[in-house]
Amino acid sequence: MIREPLIFEISGKGKRAFSLPELDVPSREDILQGLPVRENIEGFPQVSEVEIIRHFTRLSKANYCVDEGFYPLGSCTMKYNPKINEKIAAISEFVLSHPYAPFDLVQGNLGILKTTEELMNEITGMDAFSFLPAAGAQGELVGMMLIRAYLEERGNPRKIVLIPDSAHGTNPSSAHICGYNIQEIESNEKGTIDISSLEQNMTEDVAALMITNPNTLGVFEADIKKISEIVHAKGGFVYMDGANMNALVGICRPGDMDVDVIHLNLHKTFSTPHGGGGPGSGPVGVKRELEPYLPLPTIKKSEDKYILDFDRPKSIGRVRSFFGNFLVVVKAMVYILSLGPRGLKEVSEIAVLNSNYVRKSLEKDYFLKYTTPTLHECVFSDKFQKKHGVQNIDIAKRLIDFGVHPPTMSFPLIVQGALMTEPTETESKRDLDLFIDAMKQISKEAKENPEIVKSAPHSSYVRRLDETSAARSPVLRWVEKK
Amino acid sequence: MSYTSLSDKDKKEMMSRVGISSMEELFRTIPEGMKLKRELKVPSALTEIELIHHFEKIAKQNKYSEFLSFLGAGAYPHVIPYVVDYLSSRGEFVTPYTPYQPEVSQGTLQAIFEFQTLICLLTGMDVANASLYDGASAAAEAVLMAHRLKQKSNVLIAKTLHPQYRKTIKTYVRNLDIKIEEFGFSETGEIDFESLSSKMDEGTSAVVCQSPNFLGVVEDIKKISDLAHSTKALSVVVVTEPVSLGLLEAPGKLGADIVTGEGQSFGIPLSFGGPYLGFMACLKEFIRQFPGRIAGETKDVDGKRGFVLTLSTREQHIRRERATSNICTNQALCALRATIFLETLGLDGLKELAWQNIQKANYALEKLTQVEGIKRKFHGNFFNEFVIEFSGSLPKVESSLREKGILGGLYLREFYPELENCSLLCVTEMFKREEIDRLVKSLEEALKE
Repeated sequence: MIREPLIFEISGKGKRAFSLPELDVPSREDILQGLPVRENIEGFPQVSEVEIIRHFTRLSKANYCVDEGFYPLGSCTMKYNPKINEKIAAISEFVLSHPYAPFDLVQGNLGILKTTEELMNEITGMDAFSFLPAAGAQGELVGMMLIRAYLEERGNPRKIVLIPDSAHGTNPSSAHICGYNIQEIESNEKGTIDISSLEQNMTEDVAALMITNPNTLGVFEADIKKISEIVHAKGGFVYMDGANMNALVGICRPGDMDVDVIHLNLHKTFSTPHGGGGPGSGPVGVKRELEPYLPLPTIKKSEDKYILDFDRPKSIGRVRSFFGNFLVVVKAMVYILSLGPRGLKEVSEIAVLNSNYVRKSLEKDYFLKYTTPTLHECVFSDKFQKKHGVQNIDIAKRLIDFGVHPPTMSFPLIVQGALMTEPTETESKRDLDLFIDAMKQISKEAKENPEIVKSAPHSSYVRRLDETSAARSPVLRWVEKK
Repeated sequence: MSYTSLSDKDKKEMMSRVGISSMEELFRTIPEGMKLKRELKVPSALTEIELIHHFEKIAKQNKYSEFLSFLGAGAYPHVIPYVVDYLSSRGEFVTPYTPYQPEVSQGTLQAIFEFQTLICLLTGMDVANASLYDGASAAAEAVLMAHRLKQKSNVLIAKTLHPQYRKTIKTYVRNLDIKIEEFGFSETGEIDFESLSSKMDEGTSAVVCQSPNFLGVVEDIKKISDLAHSTKALSVVVVTEPVSLGLLEAPGKLGADIVTGEGQSFGIPLSFGGPYLGFMACLKEFIRQFPGRIAGETKDVDGKRGFVLTLSTREQHIRRERATSNICTNQALCALRATIFLETLGLDGLKELAWQNIQKANYALEKLTQVEGIKRKFHGNFFNEFVIEFSGSLPKVESSLREKGILGGLYLREFYPELENCSLLCVTEMFKREEIDRLVKSLEEALKE
């Protein structure tokens, strides 16, 4: 494979990849008077169009992606991203509309936001949604702010947020920005929330419990109603991280579990592409009593017209500009309409079947710390392989040689050497078997030839990278060599 | 439609390996009483052809594109070279996730590294991150960062910072020990230095200004930064129209400590407000308090250059509640679009783009102010936006303009009650001379009516 240089390294004065039409108004130097005009943008690249195309085409080939193959990155729901979503989100009336356009000229856009809200209400059993949050973490922050605003209005915002030790790292981080201290709740031997630990910790100082259901182990918190009851009895709120909603669509609804606030990740459950790390969308859904606090603006229908509603005195305010990641919402709406009620339920059924097939096929080869039945994902660990000096990161890197993206390793923190595996519903049996065979082969290699695993990957664009020195002496940009 | 891939035979085989005879058994851990006993009440499935018809019908309810619009105010119509769409829609860029596994994500990582470099070159700063959600939340992150660095609770914000950004900052800090105070603007449209310095003291952690500001006026960043530094506060500069950096001096060379803003102008369509692109850059010494993902250069075991996400001990997946930000998913694909955009335009293209913007905006303002009943509101220097004031009632003028198929900018009274009958107009390279002339002529007629 050709090693692609940085664009700055192939730059040359006089090369151009784009031209503007000639200026059709008088060109005047005098208007620059008094302005701090820059002399140059040192190092700014100059390349040809062919070079641009080849540069990014070659770079693209150094990426692994869902379009290419199996991507069981747990908790990220790396399902296939339907192409029709992209085509529809590219319709020029959507793409070219200005966010300050008068309401009556963007009725189509506002209608999409309102209709998608209604669809999400039905799917989750909640009463209202805001599509402002740009991603899951912002959704969490907004959700916690709603709870805080509600409590503040009643005189006491409280101090603590309870978070299970199996939670994603954004949960404590979001609650912290919202001004709360974090109290961790231990998981029991089944991997679920320990009710007695919750009862002990649930005081009138606690604003909310943040729960992920199914949790990051893929285990359904079957006591969720009891959990909600305990939290509500002390005047607290139940926040549900909807990152794992892919297990529940059409099966059961967070709203029916007495959850008060939820965020969804449209880039997970609702098939919008992850884009190499965004843009996502993290809409927040609430029950009626929290609706007045939703961020500005919301959309309402008045006399057959959609209007933006800014007149909401209890709202927490704005959390970003304009109306959220609108085009991402368009894609999610296309997805929901393309599947219909039966298709939506099939999503969760097949996601759970695929995951259980993988689990069953590998449970002898890889250690499962928790043997509780799981839904859409399961968390293996490297315990068996560690005896031979092979760790989860080695297994992950070796998978690359087999043409598979590695599972998630950075959490849950309650499983050491985690391999959080989420196959999603879109994968074929052939691709699942490819992964299963690769995992079995790696397990065998760990015993017989651990070196080949520990020095993997062998076939990628680059081999194992030195992350320690990258952090120790950071090089974070190109600098021109003089 | 269905996007699953199992044949009937596959399903049977898999169910038998799992040891179940019905799909319901997969969900046996969910209490019966909690299950939904009916189908979801959503419309029945549409095929691809039906979807296209359905959404084309919805799209036609938008009438905005029938108008000649001079709206800007944080969302700018600019040229997007076709190669931006072509390259950024490759599945290899669209369908992976955050590059946690660098060995199979070098394309995304190198692109982020190039993006960071481009932002540094444009802003004159040492380091930039991989992106934040949008300009407004990026400005809020900058305020939180300044607070962490200075451990002082007062932040001074210019009234000429985009109103939505100011509101977003206020929401972000409402539960933290941070006090926000605003300072005003002068007759030129620049910040009011007296108002600013009267509010500054040893408790100020940062001074936040936008340039060109919401009224279109270019600020004296050097003077603002010097003033901020005089009480050891940080100078935070927000740029909502980064095309201006193709012409105007880099804020980093004028004393800014943190530069943040909105990158939508770089190859990202208006999209009814999102997805957009928050960016942030700062001085090297502040890196440990910097929010968001950062790509760094390193070597693989064979000594070949490669890129990784680095300094992750700042981030939520390692540090949890002590992280510098809760951000995880950001706006990577938008950052890629900006990277392709900037590299395609190149040095000459970007300079020319900025040049055409300032020229066309000046042409428009000059012509407009020749119309009786219109005057230039602020005499500060501007880039591609400016405020005009009407002698008569603006709503009346606006509605008669609309009848002529023109949207004449943003009515400012809603944001600044003192700016009655004032409108903010944006003129970019996208407007032909005839279109500007048409605006002028239509206004002339409207004012006579």
